[in-house]
Parts: sequence; C-alpha cells; structure tokens
Amino acid sequence: MTITGQENKFEWTRKHLLGLRQLSADELNHIFATAAGFEQISTRSVKKAPPLRGKVVVNLFFEDSTRTRTSFTLAASRLSADIIEFTKKSSSVSKGETLLDTAKNLEAMGIDIAVVRHSAGGAPDFISRNIDACVVNAGDGFCEHPTQALLDIYTILKNRQSMEGLKVAIVGDIAHSRVARSNMWAMTKLGAEVTFVGPPTLMPAQVDKLPVKVSHSLDEVIEKVDVVYMLRVQFERLGGSPFPSVREYSRYYGLTVDRMKKARPDILVMHPGPINRGLEIESEVADGPRSVILQQVKYGLAVRMAVLFLVNQAAVTEKK
Amino acid sequence: MSKNILIKNGRVIDPESGLDEVCDVLILQEKIAQVGKIGSGAEEKVEKVIDATEMIVSPGLIDIHVHFREPGDEEEETIASGSAAAVAGGFTSVVCMPNTNPPVENETDVEYVHRKARQARQSHVYVMGAITKGRAGAELAEMGLMHEAGAVGFTDDGSGVQDAKVMQRAMKYASMFGKVMSQHCQDDHLAGGGVMNAGYYATILGLPGLDALAEEAMLWRDIQLAKRIGIPYNAQHISTASAMELIRGAKADGLNITSEVTPHHLLLTDEYCEGYDTNYKVNPPLRTPRDIEALKEAIKDGVVDALASDHAPHLQSEKELEFLAAPFGIASLEVALGLYIKALIDDKVIDWPQLLRMMTIGPARIIGIDGEKGSLAKGKAGDITIIDPQVEYQVDVEKFRSKSRNCPYKGWRLRGRAVTTIVGGEIRYDGS
Repeated sequence: MTITGQENKFEWTRKHLLGLRQLSADELNHIFATAAGFEQISTRSVKKAPPLRGKVVVNLFFEDSTRTRTSFTLAASRLSADIIEFTKKSSSVSKGETLLDTAKNLEAMGIDIAVVRHSAGGAPDFISRNIDACVVNAGDGFCEHPTQALLDIYTILKNRQSMEGLKVAIVGDIAHSRVARSNMWAMTKLGAEVTFVGPPTLMPAQVDKLPVKVSHSLDEVIEKVDVVYMLRVQFERLGGSPFPSVREYSRYYGLTVDRMKKARPDILVMHPGPINRGLEIESEVADGPRSVILQQVKYGLAVRMAVLFLVNQAAVTEKK
Repeated sequence: MSKNILIKNGRVIDPESGLDEVCDVLILQEKIAQVGKIGSGAEEKVEKVIDATEMIVSPGLIDIHVHFREPGDEEEETIASGSAAAVAGGFTSVVCMPNTNPPVENETDVEYVHRKARQARQSHVYVMGAITKGRAGAELAEMGLMHEAGAVGFTDDGSGVQDAKVMQRAMKYASMFGKVMSQHCQDDHLAGGGVMNAGYYATILGLPGLDALAEEAMLWRDIQLAKRIGIPYNAQHISTASAMELIRGAKADGLNITSEVTPHHLLLTDEYCEGYDTNYKVNPPLRTPRDIEALKEAIKDGVVDALASDHAPHLQSEKELEFLAAPFGIASLEVALGLYIKALIDDKVIDWPQLLRMMTIGPARIIGIDGEKGSLAKGKAGDITIIDPQVEYQVDVEKFRSKSRNCPYKGWRLRGRAVTTIVGGEIRYDGS
C-alpha cells in the first residue's frame, strides 16, 4: 500500500498497543494512514492538534531511553495531552515497590495512557491486565518495540511504494533485540521477506520456526536486499561474550564502505539508534546518501502520535 | 480416634503384591492386619467400618517432593498447612525438600521438621537434608548426623550441585549411609538466567530461555558418578525427552538410578507461558509436546519410579510480578492425584495398578521406607487412601488447605480424587 492521509473505513478497536505480533496487516496499514494525517502538523507554525486535550499520558520508563521517551513526550504534547515523566530503574529481583503497585498508584492519580518501557519481556502486557488505562509498549526486554518497527516501516514506505516483495536484512544481535522481533512480525505480514543476519551465538532459540530466513554472512546477503537494517550492539544485554572481539564482529557484520559497494545502488540503510560508529556501521555509511536513519527519527513522531491517538480513541469508544 | 478400621468391598489394589480385586482391608493397632475376604466377625474388633463399594483402596499415597517452606517462609506454607493439604490430596507420606530458610543442613533442622509434623498430626512428613552447607555447592553438609536424625536422602533441590568434584565427594561420603542422593539437575552455566524453556515461545515472548541441555548435562554427569561410586541416585522432576532417555539407559544398565515426574511436566507445555501468567513459571520449565510424549512413553514402559508433585507454594504478591522476576513454582499437592489420572489414566497411557505403583511402593523404595510403608503387607503402617475414581469436580483453589494459590489448574475439570485418607489407623481426611 502507499501512505495516504485519506480516511479509510477501518475501525481501530485496540486500547493497548503491546506488540505487532497480534496485529493484522489492515491494522498496521491503518496506523500508517493515521500517521500520514499527523505528519503535516509538524510542518505548521503552530505544532499542536487537540485530540488528547485533557488527557494524561505517563511515560513509565524503567529502563534508560532518551530518544524514545523524547519522541513520545513530543508526540503527546503535539496532541495536547498532559505528560508525566516517571523514570525508575527496575531490578530483576523483587525489591521495593512492585511494578503492579507502581502502576496501580499511577492509575489512582487518573492517567489515561501509560507508555511503558521495561527490561522484562511482558511487563507492559502485565500492566495492561491490571489497570484500566491504555498501555503502549515502548520496548519490553527483548520481546517487542512496536512503535520502533512501525516508524521503521513507515520510513521504508515513504521511500518505496510497498513492503510487498521487499527484501530486508536485519543484522546483529537478533537474540536480544525487540526491534528485530517487532519488525519481523510486521514486515512479514505486509509481504516483505526478512533475513536475520548474525553469528549463531546471537540468534534466538529455534529461530528456524520464525517466519524469516537466517544467514551468518552479511557479504552474501548485502547483494540481494532492498533494505539493510543494522542493530545496535548492546553490550549491556549480551552477557558473556557471544563474539571474540569488537574487531572480529565488525569484520563480519559491520556495514562498511567496502561492503556497501556490493549493495544495490538504491538500498536503504537503517538503524534504530543510537549508533556505535565504527562498530556495526561506519560513519561514512551512516551519514551517506543511502542512509535514512534520521528520517526514521523524524517519522517516529507522526507514528507515535497516531498510536496515542488510536488507543485513546478505542478507550473512549469502549466507555461509551 | 479409632486405630482399628475395617474397609469393606473396595477394589483393593496393592502394586507391590500385584493384588487387584474387590475385597476388604483390616487395620488393627495402627497396622495392616489382613487383606482379603474378611468375615463379619471382624466388625466387632473395630471402631469403624467403611463401605468402599465402587471405590479404590490403595496403600497410602507417597509424594517424595514437596516444599512446606518451614522454617523461614511460613506465610507461604507451614508443615501444618502443607501436611493438611497432603492428606486432602490423598497423601499419607510426603518428603520435604531442604531449601527452607535456613536450609535443612544438620540434625536439629531434621528434628524440627519431624516435631512440627508430629504436632500437626496430618500426614507423615519426612525430610531430605542438604548435600552442601547452605546449599551453596561447596562444602559438605553434616549428612551423617542428618542420616541419624532420620533424613531420608540428600539434595540441594532448587539448585543442582554444580561442581563435579564436590558432587563426587558428596556421593562417596554419603555412600556410607545407604541413603539416596537426589538432584535437581541443572547446569547453571547452560541455564543462564533462563525463566522458561528455551525454544520458540521464549523467543517470541522475549524471555531468556532455559536450555533442556542444562538438565541433561548434569544428569549425564551424575549417572557417571553414581555408576562408579555405586550409590542410589534419584533424578528429581525429569522434564525432557533426552533426560528420560538417559534414565532409561541407566536402568537398562542395571544401575540403581530412579526418577520422578511431576504433573505439570505431563500436562503443560511452554506454550502456556504465552500471556505471561506467572503460575506457569516453574523450574524445570514447562517443555514441549514432544517431551510430554517421551515422559508418558517412559511411564508406560515402567521406566519411571515415582510421581511427585514438586508442590511449591508461593504468595500471590510474589507471583504478581513480571514473569522475569516472579519465583518459580506451582502449588498442586491437593490436585496432584486428579492430574495424574487426567494425564495417564484418562489418556489411556497406563492402568490403575501402574499409576499407584508410582505413588506407593515406587517412591517408598527410593527413600528406603518400603519396610514399613508403601504396600498392604501385613504389619506395615495402617496408611490407606480410598479413592473415588469417577467423581468429577472443578478445581477450586480457594478451597485449598495449602496457604498458597499459585495453581495454574484453577477451574480445570478433573475426575477422581481421594475421599478418605487414613494415616496410622486414624482417619485424617474424610471428604466422602
């Protein structure tokens, strides 16, 4: 599909966005169409629209994040919501106030939407089962990061007509990547062919059961794909050493100028940020003509506005 | 309390002797006095006559793997509440694991459990002692003194003894006492921080996986050690097809190696973790349909010696956490029998005598109490479980005698349960 701002007849009914695995292609396309409608707000002199006026959005972040949190804050403010920032380092053991108590306390203050980031897979799902407010997953463990994948695909759609038949390589630490998982679910539903690229030590269990191809050679894959999506090497999540050295990792899986010479001339280079320059991607490539990395950040705003708008709408409809 | 009871007209099954016929059982002075057609004269010698028509009369059921949390976590379970749950589930004897706080690691700890159990007057309560001090896997615990105090075996359950040298030393030392070494087989390096079975569902749920190999690697090591040292060894809660193959091989080689299987590893798979319900978080984790099939196949072939609940009570507030942070464990003692029936009898894997073998004489032999319990031989303890094999019911966790409700079987329809539990000639549970 191409992105249009036109009204479509689809009715959105989800008051939570927990992941993309459960979403249909129609639902994904509806988010993109809604985002397209919001995109132009950022170009106006008064960068605000009223749909969430009087609503309270809480950024409930239990894990460090700068860009995702900022992007959600900006998206909520453009929709005229009141925003509360709540950041707390979570620990994997049960100490102090529990996640449930934190969520219940915020609910008691009368929040409408909780944007949740947490280091435990399933934490937003858990919160959504225990409070009335809408829950938007802003990244949970290595499970999902739905708005990241939505903005990634939106960016691709801005540069290509359709996802149908596109070949996408996602490169790096697949095992610990929520971005890879969310993109896999959504991209394959929209007809793209996804290949996970990385060493076997960075592949998740039973990767063969996922709807993707798997390759251990970026050199072989780079020649064939329309999009190469580089994941950040997240040293804090790795545990042990799944590869011998940064030098060796870069040799096999770094997106270098040399490697780019083998790529199709119209390839799109993507990265969820923040970039480790010189590790998974060379500066010349990240800043080069095929990179759409900053477009991803830019479109993130419209996509997150669309998500906040839709979940709120579903909650309002549910109450009526 | 009557110590003399006559149970009439039940289907009496005694797996040790092979008896399976409709007849009577007479308990006199707390012990089994007679089994067979008993004349009406006996009724005058007893205070109580039970009509067990349509019922199954079995030697008292034995569960060699429960956690009663006392001392240390009495808010979750006590020996009194746990043993009350035991008799309600049809169990006349249970074995507490030593991973309490502090752990059971000397004779005083063993005596404490026994004393609490005597005061509770519910089921018999046995206890295993820790293999290493503090269950830390480094220094040997006082196994000799615990043996003298009546510990029925040794285990660091909750964790496996990681260091092969320590395990070798522990087995050699414990071989003096003739008691079983039990192990929670899990190589922690391979297990990593896993919280559910490593596989497709862990991958899509974004949760760290616990590789089946972690169980199999330690089991293989232990079998080699036990074989060389010649000590009875029991593999606790076996959950994978390959681990069961190792047990099968060891038994075929004639080694004194036994294993136990839990109800959840026969009924639930890792797919149930979808939805992040922490009641499905258990260790060893729920595996795959293929593993369930392999466990059932082994049970059918008589490879498995004991069914054990691994009853692991936890507070609701502890389970109401992120899946990653919640504790492992399922509370199932009161429904275990119904669950085994569902998995094994309803599913036509085995028949009643085969099922009861793994709940009576099988576990009794593992912990070395088969001289006094586990069958209906004359002179053995008057422990009897009367089972209604047909009664249908819905699992109501709010009615549990256990203090905990962390039970994923809530609302399940089951068939078959204990109606009367007799411990040492006393009716300790009457649900008829």
